[in-house]
Amino acid sequence: MRFAVVQFPGSNCDQDCVHALQVLGQEARLVWHEETKIDPEEGVILPGGFSYGDYLRCGAIARFSPIMKSVKQAAERGQVVVGICNGFQILCEAGLLPGALTRNEGLHFRCEPTWIRVETPASRFTSHYGTGEMLKIPIAHGEGCYRASPEILQELEAQQRVLFRYCNAEGQEVREGNPNGSSHNIAGICNNGRNVLGLMPHPERCCEAEMGGVDGRGILLGAAGVGRKI
Amino acid sequence: MMKAIVTVTLKPSILDPQGEAVAHALNHMGVKGVKSVRIGKHIELEIEGGEEKGLRAKLEEISKELLSNPVMENFHLDLRAGG
Repeated sequence: MRFAVVQFPGSNCDQDCVHALQVLGQEARLVWHEETKIDPEEGVILPGGFSYGDYLRCGAIARFSPIMKSVKQAAERGQVVVGICNGFQILCEAGLLPGALTRNEGLHFRCEPTWIRVETPASRFTSHYGTGEMLKIPIAHGEGCYRASPEILQELEAQQRVLFRYCNAEGQEVREGNPNGSSHNIAGICNNGRNVLGLMPHPERCCEAEMGGVDGRGILLGAAGVGRKI
Repeated sequence: MMKAIVTVTLKPSILDPQGEAVAHALNHMGVKGVKSVRIGKHIELEIEGGEEKGLRAKLEEISKELLSNPVMENFHLDLRAGG
């Protein structure tokens, strides 16, 4: 499958995403944020970084980039859209995912491998995994604390849209395993149509053994629609 | 209980790239006629005890020493009664 990886001014994980997708046998092209065309059969990746220097709020300005209109249309058509880290923040600001990402509870920028737990295989992004399967995936963010109203949180839970939750090394959903204080230990959620994923951890950083792990492969392969288990 | 509101703004001579980025986004939104955007900070403090005169002097000091950088920022202090 081909992916359009969007480059905003200040994106810095765009090349990593392209590389990881290619390593996984997928096609990827870089798309400058001023472009306006997403092909109907493409997937979209909004990569990590600091779009527009995180001015005003993370993702607040990127949301108004010309390409975002096409990204919204692609999402509405049911195309795959994945927002990683800053991309997740942009998806929330753009209203493609509910809630917001705020300053980490401990105020620190956290850059380290983190355990996350797959909550349900019922989405293309988690189809390579089993319920409760644990993945070790790096995070690198200062504003990844997921917040939403109690009603939204309840809806996300009821519809099984929390796909990934931070956990400790034993797979328990506890405060110690939560690097940023996110509500319900949320690390990643999808939209109602289950074609838009936002997550703070960086799957593109763990797709090759020499990078310290391959736990992120299934997420990107799942996004690409490649069948279960490689 | 006194409430102090300190507004910190960049000096007019200092370039505000954040404000410019917001102006740019407004343009993309289709909003016309915004000539410039400057972004500052709004800081609220609740203070117990002390008489107003001494408090004002203390807040001036706090604003100069911590809340703003006098090299590039101005601040405005608003002190009022109530929480």
